[in-house]
Formats: sequence, C-alpha cells, structure tokens
Amino acid sequence: MSLLAVRALRVRYPGLTALDGLDLDIARSETLALVGESGSGKSQAALAVMGLLPADAAVSGSVRFDGTELVGAPRRALDRVRGARIGMVFQEPMTALDPLFTVGHQIGLPLRAHRGLGRRQAAARARDLLGLVGLRDAAGRLGAYPHELSGGERQRVMIAMALACEPDLLVADEPTTALDVTVQAQLLDLLAGLKERLGLAMLFITHDLRLARRISQRTAVLRAGRLVEAGPTDRLFAAPRAAETRDLLAAEPAGRKSPPPAGAPTVLEARGVGVAYPGRRGLLRAGPPRVAVAGIDVTLRAGETLGVVGESGSGKSSLGRALLRLEPAAHGLVRVEDRDLTRLDRRQLRPLRRGFQPVFQDPTGSLSPRLTAGEIVAEGLRVHAPSLGAAERDARAAEAFAEVRLDPAWRHRYPHAFSGGQRQRIAIARAMILRPRLVILDEPTSALDRTVQRDIVALLRELQAAHGLAYLFISHDLAVVRALADAVLVLRGGRAVERGPTADVLERPREAYTRALVAAAGLGPA
Amino acid sequence: MSARDLDDGASLALRVRRRLLGDRLAGASLAVLLGVALACLVGPLLTGHPYDRIYYDYPRTPPSLALYPRPGTVEPALARLAFRMRVRAEDVAVGPDAVRLTLAADGPVDARVLTYFARSDLFGAARVLARSGDGTRLTVEAPLRRTRFLAGTDGLGRDLLTRTLAGGRVSLALGLMATAVALGIGVAYGAAAGYLGGRADAVMMRLVDILYALPFVFFVIMLVVFFGRSVGLIFLAVGAVEWLDMARIVRAEAMAIRRQDYVRAAEALGLTTAAILRRHVVPNTLGPVVAFAALLVPRVILLESFLSFLGLGVQEPMTSWGVLIADGARSIETSPWMLLVPACALVATLMALTLLGEGLADALDPRGPR
Amino acid sequence: MLRRLAQGVPTLLVVVTLSFFLVRLAPGGPFDLERPLAPAAMENLRRVYGLDQPLLVQFGRYLAALARGDLGPSFSVRDLSVAELLARGLPVSATLGALALGLALALGVSLGGLAAWRRGSALDHAVTALGTLGLTVPGFVVAPLLQIAFGLTLRWLPVGGWEDGAPRNLVLPVATLALPQVAVIARLTRAGLVEAAGRPHLRTLRSLGLAPRTLALHALRGAALPVVAYLGPAAAGLLTGSVVVETVFGLPGVGRYFVDGALNRDYTLVMGTVVLIGVFVLVFNLLTDLAYALVDPRVRDQG
Repeated sequence: MSLLAVRALRVRYPGLTALDGLDLDIARSETLALVGESGSGKSQAALAVMGLLPADAAVSGSVRFDGTELVGAPRRALDRVRGARIGMVFQEPMTALDPLFTVGHQIGLPLRAHRGLGRRQAAARARDLLGLVGLRDAAGRLGAYPHELSGGERQRVMIAMALACEPDLLVADEPTTALDVTVQAQLLDLLAGLKERLGLAMLFITHDLRLARRISQRTAVLRAGRLVEAGPTDRLFAAPRAAETRDLLAAEPAGRKSPPPAGAPTVLEARGVGVAYPGRRGLLRAGPPRVAVAGIDVTLRAGETLGVVGESGSGKSSLGRALLRLEPAAHGLVRVEDRDLTRLDRRQLRPLRRGFQPVFQDPTGSLSPRLTAGEIVAEGLRVHAPSLGAAERDARAAEAFAEVRLDPAWRHRYPHAFSGGQRQRIAIARAMILRPRLVILDEPTSALDRTVQRDIVALLRELQAAHGLAYLFISHDLAVVRALADAVLVLRGGRAVERGPTADVLERPREAYTRALVAAAGLGPA
Repeated sequence: MSARDLDDGASLALRVRRRLLGDRLAGASLAVLLGVALACLVGPLLTGHPYDRIYYDYPRTPPSLALYPRPGTVEPALARLAFRMRVRAEDVAVGPDAVRLTLAADGPVDARVLTYFARSDLFGAARVLARSGDGTRLTVEAPLRRTRFLAGTDGLGRDLLTRTLAGGRVSLALGLMATAVALGIGVAYGAAAGYLGGRADAVMMRLVDILYALPFVFFVIMLVVFFGRSVGLIFLAVGAVEWLDMARIVRAEAMAIRRQDYVRAAEALGLTTAAILRRHVVPNTLGPVVAFAALLVPRVILLESFLSFLGLGVQEPMTSWGVLIADGARSIETSPWMLLVPACALVATLMALTLLGEGLADALDPRGPR
Repeated sequence: MLRRLAQGVPTLLVVVTLSFFLVRLAPGGPFDLERPLAPAAMENLRRVYGLDQPLLVQFGRYLAALARGDLGPSFSVRDLSVAELLARGLPVSATLGALALGLALALGVSLGGLAAWRRGSALDHAVTALGTLGLTVPGFVVAPLLQIAFGLTLRWLPVGGWEDGAPRNLVLPVATLALPQVAVIARLTRAGLVEAAGRPHLRTLRSLGLAPRTLALHALRGAALPVVAYLGPAAAGLLTGSVVVETVFGLPGVGRYFVDGALNRDYTLVMGTVVLIGVFVLVFNLLTDLAYALVDPRVRDQG
C-alpha cells in the first residue's frame, strides 16, 4: 500500500484552475519528483497535500496518507498528521522562518506540540537535530536568530524543523532553488543521506529536471495543472512518452558556440578593472573599503562571447556594471572600440554609450511600468538620434520589435501586459535599437523557465550572428554558459579563479573551486 | 504566472474584491467631497444671508424649515419696535406677507421713525397708508421680511448654514494650499535626497529627523500667537510642518527606484540626470505621492481647526470650521446645533478625504494593498 | 542606544534655540498690559528679568541656567518659577496621558485582534468604521459631545474640573484623549495581524501542525512591531491632544499652561513648556526604540 495516495486532486480559484485532476502514489522510503515549469501547479499540489492552501481555493478529490483522508479533514485531524508524520520544507529560506524567534525555539515547537516535550527537553533534541542536519556548532546556534544564518544554514534549520518528529514523508517544495549551486549540492546530499538513515519517503518538487533525475526513483511531470506523464525516473528520462515531457527535456540548453571569425576586430579591452565600495561611514572616519571586484582583465572581439560565472557575491554583476561605466566605485582601464573610456566624464561618455548596452536579469524591474513598450524601446533614440521625430522613432521601435520576434502592434501596451519572456525581448530590443557592438547580458535568462529560456538563447544567437555582436554573458547557470560562450571566466570573491576556452574550463577544470561548481551544476554529457 | 504568483493570484481575487469595495467607498467619498466643495463655493451666494450679517432679532434660532418671523413673534416684535419709536401700536393686522398697523402717539408721529421698520430684521421698508388729521395716528403697512434659517443661527443671530459654508471655503482652501506647500517642499527635498544619495542624503535626512522630533504643533502655536493670526501665516506654518512625511516618502521611493534596473538601463542609454528624474523617477513616485497628498489635506484641515478652536486661527468675522466648532462648544447647553452643524461638515469632509486617500493609496500602490 | 541618546541632545538644542528666538523676535513683550506701565517701571522690570541685555547674552544665560535645570521665573505668575508651575501641571497631564495611553493600548490591541480574528465579519467592519471615525472626528468635537451626553443629559459625570484627579473627573478627558489612539492602534494591530497571517513563516508553523494558540502568539509578536513603533508618535499625539482636552474640560495641565503662557507672552513659561515637552517626546522616542529592539532581534544587531 502506498504511503501517500493522491486521486483526482483539483485546486480551483475564482476564474482559475490551478491543478486539474492529479493522481500520485508515493511508497514508503520512496522519492517522487514532481517537475514542471512555473504555473504548472506543482506547488499547489504540495500545499493541497498539507492543507495549506489559501482560503479562496476550492479543493476536491482525495489525498490519503497512510489510510487517513486529508482533503476536507478538520483542522485537529490535519494537525495530528502535519509536523508529526509529514514534514515540509519551503523554497524561501529567507522568509520561511520567523525572524523574531530563535532557531532553537522554532525547532522545539513541533516537539512540544506533538511529543509533549518540555522546554528543556525540546532544546536538547533541537541541538541533536541541528547536528543531524550538519549545522556547525549546533549547541551555539540554538540561540541564534534566523537573520544571523546564511541561506543554506536556514534551509538546514528548516529541514531540522520538518524532521523533528521523525515523519514518514517529507514534502520539499523547491528546497534548493534560492541557493547557490555549491550549497544546493550540499543540501541535496544531506537530504539523500537523511532519507537513507531515516527511511523517509519524499515528495520533491522542482522545476529542474537535472535535480529530479539525481534524487528521485520516480518522476511525475506536470504541465498547466495536468499530469502529463509519470513513471520510473530512469525510464522517463531515457524514453519520454508524452510530447510535453520531450519538449521539457529538449529545453535543456544545448549546442555549442562556433568561434568568431579569425581577425575579428577587438570590441572591448579592459585592464585591471576593480570595484571597491567605500567602507561604512562612522561618525568621523570611514571603515576599510569593501572590494567587490579586483584586477579583472577582459578582451572581447566582435562575434565573441565571454561567459562570466560565479556564485552570489562573486562580483560578476559589479564587473558588468563597471564595464558599462555605471559603477561610480569602479577603477581600471576600459576601452570600447578603441576609445578609452577611463578618463571620460558623463557628458563625454554619453555619445559613446550607444556602442555598449546592457540587458538585465529581472524582466519586471528592467522596464519602467509607466512607459509603453514602444516608448521604452525607442528611449535610446532620444539621446543618440535626437533629430528623429516621434513618428520616425516609433517606426524604428516597430522594426526593433520585429527583430526580437514581437508583434509590433504590441508596442503600445504597458510592460505588465507582457510575459516574462516577452519583457526580456523588449529589454533586448531596447539595446538593439542603438546597434551596439557590445552587449553586457547580466543573467538575462535566469528568471525564465527553461522553455522560454531556450527561445531567448536562440534569439541571442541569431542577433549575434546577424550583427557580429560581442557578448559578455554573466550567469550562474553553467549549462547556459556552455551553450553560448566561447570562453569562460570564473569569479570568486571578486577575483578571477580560472579562465579559458569553454570546453577546457567546464570539462577539464583546473581549479578546485571550478571543479566544485561544475560538479554541483551536474552538467550532463556534452 | 509562476507557482509563487499563484499564491499571490489567490490573494489577488481577494485584493480585487477589497479594492472594489474600497472603490465604492472611494467613489462615495469623492461624491461627498465634490458636494461639500460645490456647496462651500456657491452655497453662501444662495442661502440669501451674507455670512457676517447679524440678525439681532434671531439670536440662537434652532435649525428648522420654518419661515421667520413666526406668526406669534410678529406682534411682540412690533410692540418692541413701537416702544423704541415712542409710539403705540394699534389695530395690528398680521397678513401673510405684510403687517398693517396704526402708530399712535400723544403728539404728532414723525414719519421718519418708520426707518426703524427697515432696520429691523423682521420687516421691510414701511409705507404710510393714511394719516389722521392731527398727525397723532399714522396707519402704515410694512412687508414682512420672510427668511429661513435652515441650520439655525449663532449667538449673534448670524445664519449658521452660510457661516458653515463660508467657513468651509476657508478650511478647504487652507487645506489645499498648505498641502500644495508641503507637496512642493517635500517632493523636491525628498527626490533630491533620494536621488543624490550618499553624504548629501545623510545630512538632509538627519535634519528631517531632528525636525521630526520637535513638538511641532507647539511651535505653530507660538508662531501664530507671537506673529499675528493671519491666514497666510497659518497655512505657511502648517505647510512647513507637514512636508516632513512627504519628504520621507518621496525619498524612500526615489531610492528604491534608483536601484531598479530600468534606471540603470536609462543611465546606460546615456539619459541625463534630469531626463531620468523626469521620465523615470518622478512618474514612478507619483502613486504614493498622490495618495499621501490626499491624506494630507484632512490633516491640515484638522490642524487649522485645532488652532482656530484654541482661538489662534482664523479671526472674526471671517470664519472656519474650527472657529465655528469652538463657538459651538462654548454654547452646547443652550444651542447644541451650533456645535453639531459645523462638526458634521468637518467630520464628513475629513472622513471623505481620508477614505478617498486610503482608496487611492491602495489603488496606486504597485505592491498592492497594505 | 547610547548613540540614540546622544542624538537627542542636538535635537533638544534645536528645540531650545528655535523656541528662544521665536519668542524673543516676536513683537510685543510680557509687560505690555492694557494699561501701559510708566517707562521707568518698565525699564526696571526689564532689567530685573534681564531683558535689557543683548539677545545672545540672554540666550547664553538661558542655556546656562537650563543646564542647571533652572527654567527661570515666570513672567506672568509672579513669585513662582516656571519649574514650580510645571511641577503643578505635569501630574495632571501625565495622569491623563498615562491613563489614555494604557486604555488605548488595551482597547486598541484587543479590538484590532478581534477584527483580525473574525476577518470580514460585522465586528471587523465595525472596528474598521470606528477606526476611521476615531481618526477623523477631532477631539475638540468629541469632548463637547461627551459633555452633552454624559454631563448634561445623563448627568453621570462632571463636565469639567480637576478636583485633585477624582476618578469621576478623569473619565471624559481620558476617553477623549484615548479615542484617536484607540483607532490608530486598532487599525495597526489588525493590519499587522492580517499581514503576519499571510507571511510565509506562519505557513511554516501551520505545516508543523501547531495549535492555533501558538500561531496567534507568533502573529501577535509580529503585529506588535508597528504598534510599538507607533508609541513615540502616540505620545506626541497625547501631548497635543491634551491641549484641547485641558482647555475643554478646564484642567490645570501643562498644555493649558502653554496656551495661557503664549497668550500672556510669558516667555519663560512658554519655553519651559516646550523644553519639557521636547524632552518628553525624545524620551518616549527612545523608549520606543528600546522596546522595538526588545521585540525585533534584527534591530538589536544594527546597534
């Protein structure tokens, strides 16, 4: 008999069906991966199992846990199961813990509620649990508040809470998505180890097919609220049956960059670029400066792509801003198309800016909500082609829309009317309308689903080929970098750890840090 | 729509419903406000009473639809009038529109005493119908001056409705002007501090912090007491007090917007600082600023009323809601309407403004309702 | 925290400076009575009170005296120092303020809590309406209405007077003072609880199968933050409110002294009151910061 049996589970909101007839079975000690893109309803499934859906959600169908029906169960009955026999780990380690209570107190809560432990016993057990999830100095951390811990540590605390009462099932909703790859890898190892030791069954929810493949025995694929396919993980990845599964698998970044033509002109030459923020000011004197980037050299030829990889805080975005001359705290030599930008002030720099343009990560934040898409795209022309009239600018904007495969008729809409992928196309059009030689792409695909990402990657390749663009491609995602870059620069703590041709760095890394990154990324075969 | 948005999407339905409810409230508030503003603007012209006209015959008249003078009051009034004219009133006949009576005296009656009729609040100019041969009896007819005091009169006999509406003009105008002053200073100061950032911002905001900790109402009182109770000074003082919040809000918005990628993109496009402020920063601060300004108006009106209530605000014969309420509070025992009428006007306006401001804040907040 | 205390000093200095020069630059003097004094007598008075000295010297003297805690003699109430006057008024105002604040906290938090607990119910709407009403109906309207209702019509309570703080005399003033604060605190509590209930960490607690009581405890602690942050401004609100309340109910408090002092151009009394109020506001802001740090460990670490 399966531990968890979900039958015909439907979750509806007014005007929206989030989950439409889900059937799942999880046996004891089995890990089932539930994969799907955003909006597929996978988190809704987890919340429905836990009885945590918001009040205006209408749930029907059946969720039986070890013979007990959970859908429609009274709260008391649910609370005998939740926390005691099913634990849950959430995606956001920053917000899932109460900032006002100590870690020890919070881990003790389920123990006191379900096991009837006293305060002191609960604290002792909490210390053991923190040790179990591999938190260093477990005893000392009991009195710590969540804000004193790193993201990975908080997620470990979260796991300790979920496992406090030794549940049979752990529901993990994207537990590693918000974390850096190396931390992600450590947590996955931890979860796998705990599963073995405690005989846990696990419902592992993720958008990342590679993670699903790594951790689960069986996989279920959701798309638009419907179960597309379910089966043993090995079989599903080797021989997907549903077209949607094949589409998802095909969306993994693929292909390689062909090298730029020999003798292509140099577009960007940067020497010893660094960013040092002034130290926190005291009342009278400044503290020591905080170095975000130190001594980076970059050379880019037309048609060439350099991938800049690193974890959060590695300085890769600061480097991008420094090269764009948008970072007041930057120093070092930057030449774009043989013009030395180092000594130019804002006014002198202005006419040259059309040669190098950025595309940012957050497709929502990079477009002003109060301007139409057309105005946003045409904005650069106001600076660099002031002689153009409004009608001509609009015509150019329409052309730019067509170039990024957006319907030009949509240029009168406001940003919120577009999807994430479409917004990113608008951001690309805003850069492309100036015909730049260098585009600095700061995580342009990171906030997008793989299938959307694939299309943006295709567009970037196309534009590069058509205009001989040089790309500086900043990303934490080694798979995308491998597909797009000629060469890779690995940053850590603002310093270059390793650099070289993409194939060399990602397949034969020399440095330990690069090896850790590559291993954590779980890059599939080339 | 990501799975996380779905959670938000669920509350979105709630949010929309709440916003609809808020909108209905906000719409009603807007209607009330427009009504009050219109009434204050043209009302004093339509009530038929100048706001400073004193009806000596009608002090503390309670509100009613009745026409004055009341039938029973005409004859005593005539008697009083006759006493002042040093004549006897005889053969008094009170008609619907006029009174007819004979003025009798021991000596000849001087027709000039008839001016007493016109000077009274009850009658119009009298004309002589007949004169007895020896001049001791004068038969006259005087039209009744028929008036209504829908909201009653104050202690001096001034029409309260007119005074309330006229006071409303002052209160509303002060509210708007002081808000404009606060808006001007606050937006300029806050946007500059937020966009410049760094040390300039630190110094500017430290100043605001210090000013914030001052017991400002007391300063306003001192200002008004020592430098005269002029309307201009009041609104300057109020505006100068209330800009602090605005500056903080605008600064916070400007700082948040400055970190947005679209501002970085605009910088990378080479837009000038002025263009970035104009095209990107200011339009995106507008929502909270408008909402806060709407909430500021009632605060200013309240502050003005407070000063006027203490006798430190608008001075007689000019009036404002605060003055009227202060008047009313002093005579609650004898004439409670004197408190209730202006208080209702003030409270209705404040409530409408507050609800409208909150509705606006909800609707304009890009992060959704608070 | 020591730094916060140090920051209060310049603020206080600004208060003193501003009020000093505002008072001195004003036209008219403390001895401009209806019947003008003989020039010689006037000169004499001015010399006695040091008003013949240059402004900066007067300011210096005032600061020096202030540093010793001396607020100077009152100009209008002969034979009494400002400190003595304020010592009479302070207990009145403090009693009113403390009672009103306590009442507002107790009532506001419970009303806000009930409204959030039964969200969308008639009770919730009633609390919201009361909140708006309490915010928009000014004290100088509430006070006379209360006087009509309880003093004149029902004759339960006196319409004014202090009578050494007899409880009967305190009810109406305290109610008037507390009403707007109840409104704000109820709104803050409700909003805080509703927001806290939507926070991810509360979902975490629910996923652990904890009792509603535990959840409520966590939500309340989160909702306490905006309420605590409001206490500083609330103190200021009580101070300004007390001016009205003391006027309407005829209570001999600090607010009343301030207005009378201002009307009589009693420089030292006005300044003494402002300094006292400034100190009071500062202390309350400081206490608020302390309380905030007590509730929120994140603030504690920022120093």
